[in-house]
Amino acid sequence: MIVVDNLGMGKPSDLVQGTLDLLILKTLLPEQMHGWAIAKRIQQLSGEVLQVQQGSLYPALHRLEQQGWIKAKWAESETGRQAKFYALTAAGRAQLEKETANWNRLSAAINLVVSEA
Amino acid sequence: MRWLDQLRMRILMIFRRGRANVRLDDELTFHLDHQIAENISDGMSAEEARYSALRAFGNPALLREESRASWSWNGLESFLRDLRYSARTLRRSPTFSLMAILVIALCIGAATSLFTIVRSVLLRPLPFRDPGQLVMVYEHFRGDWANQDGFNYNVVSPADYYDWRAQTHGFQDMAAWRWWQFNLTGERDELPEVVTAAAGTWNFFPLLGVQPVFGRTFSESEDHPDSNVVMLTWSTFERRFSGDRSIVGRQIHLDGKPYTVVGVLPKEFAYPYATVQVWVPYQAVATPESLRHHDWHQSRVIARLRPEVSLANAINQVEAVQYHLHMQYLNDPVAEDAVPRSMIDDLAKDVKKPLLLLMSAVACVLFIGCLNVANLLVARGAARQKEVAIREALGAQRLTLVREQLTESLLICFAGGAAGVLLSLTATKWLAHAWKDLPSAQGIHVDGVVLGFACALVFAAALLAGLLPAISSTGKAVFAALQASSRTTGGSLSRTALRKTLLTVEIGVTVVLLIGAGLLLKSFVRLRTTDLGCTTDNVLTMSYTLPQQKYDKPEKINAFNEELLARLRTMPGIRAVALGSTLPGNSWAGDDVFTIPEHPPIKPGAELPDALNRLADPGYFTALGIPLLQGRYFNMQDRDDHAKKVIISNQLARQYFPGENPIGKHILDSARDKAALEIVGVVGDTLWQVGQPTKATLYFPLFSGNFENSFGFSLAVRTVSDPLAMSVPVQKQIAALDPQLPVSDVLTFDQVIGGSIVNASFSATLVLAFAALSLLLASVGLYGVLSYLMTQRMTEIGIRIALGAQREQVLRLALVDGLRPASFGLVIGLGASAAAVRLIQSMLYKTEPLDPAVFAAVAATLLAVAAIACMLPAWRASRLDPMQALRTE
Repeated sequence: MIVVDNLGMGKPSDLVQGTLDLLILKTLLPEQMHGWAIAKRIQQLSGEVLQVQQGSLYPALHRLEQQGWIKAKWAESETGRQAKFYALTAAGRAQLEKETANWNRLSAAINLVVSEA
Repeated sequence: MRWLDQLRMRILMIFRRGRANVRLDDELTFHLDHQIAENISDGMSAEEARYSALRAFGNPALLREESRASWSWNGLESFLRDLRYSARTLRRSPTFSLMAILVIALCIGAATSLFTIVRSVLLRPLPFRDPGQLVMVYEHFRGDWANQDGFNYNVVSPADYYDWRAQTHGFQDMAAWRWWQFNLTGERDELPEVVTAAAGTWNFFPLLGVQPVFGRTFSESEDHPDSNVVMLTWSTFERRFSGDRSIVGRQIHLDGKPYTVVGVLPKEFAYPYATVQVWVPYQAVATPESLRHHDWHQSRVIARLRPEVSLANAINQVEAVQYHLHMQYLNDPVAEDAVPRSMIDDLAKDVKKPLLLLMSAVACVLFIGCLNVANLLVARGAARQKEVAIREALGAQRLTLVREQLTESLLICFAGGAAGVLLSLTATKWLAHAWKDLPSAQGIHVDGVVLGFACALVFAAALLAGLLPAISSTGKAVFAALQASSRTTGGSLSRTALRKTLLTVEIGVTVVLLIGAGLLLKSFVRLRTTDLGCTTDNVLTMSYTLPQQKYDKPEKINAFNEELLARLRTMPGIRAVALGSTLPGNSWAGDDVFTIPEHPPIKPGAELPDALNRLADPGYFTALGIPLLQGRYFNMQDRDDHAKKVIISNQLARQYFPGENPIGKHILDSARDKAALEIVGVVGDTLWQVGQPTKATLYFPLFSGNFENSFGFSLAVRTVSDPLAMSVPVQKQIAALDPQLPVSDVLTFDQVIGGSIVNASFSATLVLAFAALSLLLASVGLYGVLSYLMTQRMTEIGIRIALGAQREQVLRLALVDGLRPASFGLVIGLGASAAAVRLIQSMLYKTEPLDPAVFAAVAATLLAVAAIACMLPAWRASRLDPMQALRTE
């Protein structure tokens, strides 16, 4: 199991932080979602391999919102309670493509190195 | 459209911040509640579900902080919060805050004032076209006497200047100017006055790039010995001619001769000093003969460099010409070399050293002020040790805590800085007004750069005062602080050590300042009490110049002077009257080289005997109390054709007639007479200026009829009582003889001396004030540290007393504790001073830099003040009631 967590000792490394951003953007691609649902979705989609420490989503979400990749609005959730729903902006979509490409390049490179050994 | 989203978020984050905070809480709670609900539906108990959810979630408080950290304006928000906290903390201890702000205000105010002056006088380029290309060029003699401070830049002879200009090509152009003085008489009934004038070559204003406001500058054809054109400076134009533009083209009378006003100079033109009132062409004040002289040194030369020629190259050309002239006139004092000096240094030559000295003194005071504030903050930090430790344990970042403390010192320094800048506005005005020697070619005023400097000082001070305490009070020993019991017996030894170190440094710097001040003060007192070599009590002096136009024959001049002397000598209230050309202590005036016919001729090229020249009437020496050492004074027979006599000063006799009797020998003065003058007397030495070594002097009979083209006379009147009370009656006698004749420099002898030592008095007083301020700061610091230390050791002292320690023992213990840093500081300071005083050596008059009396006095003062500062806390400790001390725990 990989714990994606930017609450370790000190600052999260760029790699980890970038990865979390990518996961969030990807998760939000099909539809808008609130924080809890995002955490759940990441867990499910990764086959329970990626265990995001749930709380650490929020600093990331707020940062992405400030940067204009995603936008948020308050709306009624499935339980009838008000929740903050996040959705991708156009810029966020473009960013997702860029980050996905980056990720593919990086993972391919790592794969190459690892399988070589 | 991403920027639009970002902008929207930014705006939202300013105006809806409070709401955003609430919503963030809602968001996190929503998440937790959701997770708890899910856990419960998975079959956990309510409590278990909650703990599990929290475990999966993490520390909500911290996460909230982290999310907020990503918001825009977060830096600003936390800064504002720090500011609020700091302001609250400072308000809680108003005495401390006020003290600290006052200290910083004084220090920053003084530093800003001095910087304003340093910038105007030493740093800001002069208000001329391409000022960087302008240099002064002086003559330079190779002899030893010429290489003392003040003599190594020798003013230039007219003929040398004309040769330089004609024969060298390194400079675009060279201009010359010299001082002059005129009697300005009224066209209608205005009072006559003496005006300070300057005579500049026709190319002077074009060279500087100065344009007149009205009219024009001089033309080349107007620069000749009979010239009668004049330019007015703005102040004269405004004051004397009430700003009437029609003055241009009209005539004014200078020394009784009509001059046509051709132009008015702009208001901001104040070169070389604001005292200059009129400008005339260079040759207007010269005779055709004087222009041919290579040894009549009186002019200053300004040259403008060619962009493609280096200064060294240009000067080399001038030097070649000068050396050639020297070889050509081996028997005259014609300098061997030429030297350049930047214009700004040239103007600031008299004030540069005192200014830099004061600037360093102020820097020391500022440093001490910062250390003091740092010291107080360290004490405060100690009191808040536990609070800080708890916050650190709860996850506060060290940087946040340091920033918070820095904000506090920033706030103090900012308030102090603002007050200081206001203070400096007044102080600068006062300084610029009181310090007569400051050059005024630049207006002295606060500008953007000065304000920037003040801001930089504020931040530097805040950093210096805040960083050390902040770092020392955070980061380490969190657990130690928490574990420490409420007992304070062993607490924070390291912090006390830090305070003591700060204090030691503070005292060390104070000692350096005190010693500097002590030396300057001693030197000033020496100057003040210098024996001028003549009577200075109850002596009134004044000067007048007889205009050549009206007094065109020596007989007329003699008649005026004789009549005046006769009138004054019979006036009641007057004891004696002396009339001469230049009184002792007034100025260098003029010097001549001479030869002694009885002595073997001097080798060509060797240094010629040289002496100051003075005129003296027969009653001069008795009236001024200058003693006769040999021979006789002048008498009424020494006049006209029988005036081939001279009186020499003791210094001249010692220097040029060692081991022989000078009486009856002769002096052949190069500039004065072709005939040899017989030495009839030797008189005591007088100083030509207070603070300068004595110089050989020649006195010529006043009524000889030979005035060497200089018709200025100085009168000294010894009165029975208050000399100033006689000034109007004496001036009335002059006006009765010639109502058109203005009188200048009406001063008592004491005022003349005071005027020449005003610089020394200035530096001494200011440095002393700074030293006193830092002594006060140091003693306050000492008091604070010891009080704190004693409070810390209250229990220990209580136990000691309870166990039978004598009160005197406790007192001694406390005193030794306080005096130890003081003594360390003293030793360090004395050591540092021994090195630092070398820097002010040249400013000291008859005072050794390592003067033992000053060093001893400073050491004693410091120890006494330190003892007084320590006494109160020590005494309080010794009076401690052991029961109460132990119960306080």
